[in-house]
Amino acid sequence: MSRKLLLTHDNVPNLHTIDVYRSKGGYASVEKALKKMTPEEIVEEVKKSGLRGRGGAGFPTGMKWSFLAKPEGVPRYLVCNADESEPGTFKDRYLMERNPHLLIEGMITSSFALGANTSYIYIRGEYFYVSRILETAIAEAYAKGWLGKNILGTGYNLDLYVQVGAGAYICGEETALLESLEGKRGNPRIKPPFPAIAGLYGCPTVVNNVETIAAVVPIVNDGGDEYAKIGIGRSTGTKLISASGNINKPGVYEIEMGVPVEEFIFSDQYCGGIANGKRMKACVPGGSSVPILPDYLVCKTATGEDRLMTYESLSDGGFATGSMLGSGGFIVYDEHQCVVRNTWNFSRFYHHESCGQCSPCREGTGWMERVLHRLEKGMGNMNDIDLLVELAKKIEGNTICPLGDAAAWPVAAAIKHFRHEFEYHVLYPEKVKDSKHGHKEPIMPVKPAPVMA
Amino acid sequence: MSAHAHGTQHFDETKRANIKFSAEALTTIENLMKRYPEGKSKSALLPVLHVAQAESEGWLSAEVMDYVAELMGIQSIEVFEVASFYSMYNLRPIGKCQLEVCRTSSCWARGAEDVVDYISKKLNIKEGETTTDGMFTLKTVECLGSCGSAPMLQCGAEYHENLTEAKIDALIDRYRSEGTRKNYTDLNYTNSK
Repeated sequence: MSRKLLLTHDNVPNLHTIDVYRSKGGYASVEKALKKMTPEEIVEEVKKSGLRGRGGAGFPTGMKWSFLAKPEGVPRYLVCNADESEPGTFKDRYLMERNPHLLIEGMITSSFALGANTSYIYIRGEYFYVSRILETAIAEAYAKGWLGKNILGTGYNLDLYVQVGAGAYICGEETALLESLEGKRGNPRIKPPFPAIAGLYGCPTVVNNVETIAAVVPIVNDGGDEYAKIGIGRSTGTKLISASGNINKPGVYEIEMGVPVEEFIFSDQYCGGIANGKRMKACVPGGSSVPILPDYLVCKTATGEDRLMTYESLSDGGFATGSMLGSGGFIVYDEHQCVVRNTWNFSRFYHHESCGQCSPCREGTGWMERVLHRLEKGMGNMNDIDLLVELAKKIEGNTICPLGDAAAWPVAAAIKHFRHEFEYHVLYPEKVKDSKHGHKEPIMPVKPAPVMA
Repeated sequence: MSAHAHGTQHFDETKRANIKFSAEALTTIENLMKRYPEGKSKSALLPVLHVAQAESEGWLSAEVMDYVAELMGIQSIEVFEVASFYSMYNLRPIGKCQLEVCRTSSCWARGAEDVVDYISKKLNIKEGETTTDGMFTLKTVECLGSCGSAPMLQCGAEYHENLTEAKIDALIDRYRSEGTRKNYTDLNYTNSK
């Protein structure tokens, strides 16, 4: 059985209330941190834990914290990124809905470590009902003295607020999130300066994902070394995976880093295999922004090794034959799903969500969407396929924020691994007119023949 | 108000003069603005606009945006540039219940297109349209973070997941019999402080 650190008491009724949460040992990390540790010691434990940002980028959290500037007389802020809008990702919502106090506890402990006296949780507007759960939990925490002035008599003050967004994928990018939190359009800022130097209101700021902040609780309770014992190599601890698509048991699973992908997809402990007895065709393992993998590269790497649920193993082979763990948004597609239609679906998403600031992204995402749409409808030609590859190259790396890359990678990967399916759409326009053509005539990936050395 | 009416084309002084939010809404707005450091109350604009929308039949007219600007002590353009950026703000009238069907990949792979078709036929409206009685608007939206319970739709603050035709029938019947507007926010929302 896999160890759990975040979803330990997942099935306890009323865990969202402070009394039940306390009865399960809740808020112990705050007591330990505020009474027995210095902020520097907490940062040190987080460094030792090897915890990496759970929002998708996987940047070491302890290092991010240590970059925070500490000029005299200037407030510092901790902002929790609960914007969760990467398609395929719903773990933070699950965590906040069932266990809001774990996030609040993590916010208090982390804010203390960073020297912040005001912190914000920025949550996407669509999760309004979750924001109510958080607001209620925060009110309970204030009433019991875990928030506010002179917490536990230590002289430490912290105010914690929730802010709801209003529907914009880009606000998951940390500088766009800060703009939005300041009451503006979510246009990402040019970096540097990084938020650690000039973030919210121009003050030093750390922005961390919900799951990252929640993970600080077990790290402080049990020590960074203990956390680092779980997992493999530089992928330490546990990870929440949002599993969706054509599987038997969609949902949120907490895994120890290093679980084999095959076990994750096919065992009853996790996804329970492909729904309706169908074959797996493809998998997007880390949210819509990461490269799609064809069936033969999902459970094994190109060199034939078992693919594991770690940052390193999922990216083994680079973008040629690998992908990324990303946010842990794990989407599985069965044999009936059309990769061209899915790629168009993703492109439409990125076009819709581009903030419009950089021309390669603003124009490029729309162009890719239109080309993909005509290919999917059977109205494209062979040149369109190479045009898409060209377009993706011209967007990637040429924008202020990573949305451009996120829009380009899925298209490039889909063509790399499923070119024959794109060509099929050009060759058989009559067959693909029906949007459900994949259900009539499944097209499976074709494994390239080994090249003799 | 006709169901297909578009947003106000020109700012109307008379309409503007008659806008007044409820006392409850005004208190909420005041509380929201206190959540930020001194001089930074503009930060409250996003949540305030949700309240404003709930107070204005689900959409933000030029007059309402101007009123919000006055309440918050900022320029109208600062309100408009934000209202026009985020997808949850409606700049034209919508039905009392806006059914927002997620269309992104995970939902698509589990039948989101069928959900849209079903609602479209049932209510006899296309995407983006409102029923003639002003009750329902059908909209498709991008990922709502409910991929593990696909297909799904959102109406106001409510999530409806693992949709089937029977579930859609039931929710439409319920909304019709309730007859009330479904907003993204409720008031007295600042219960933490």
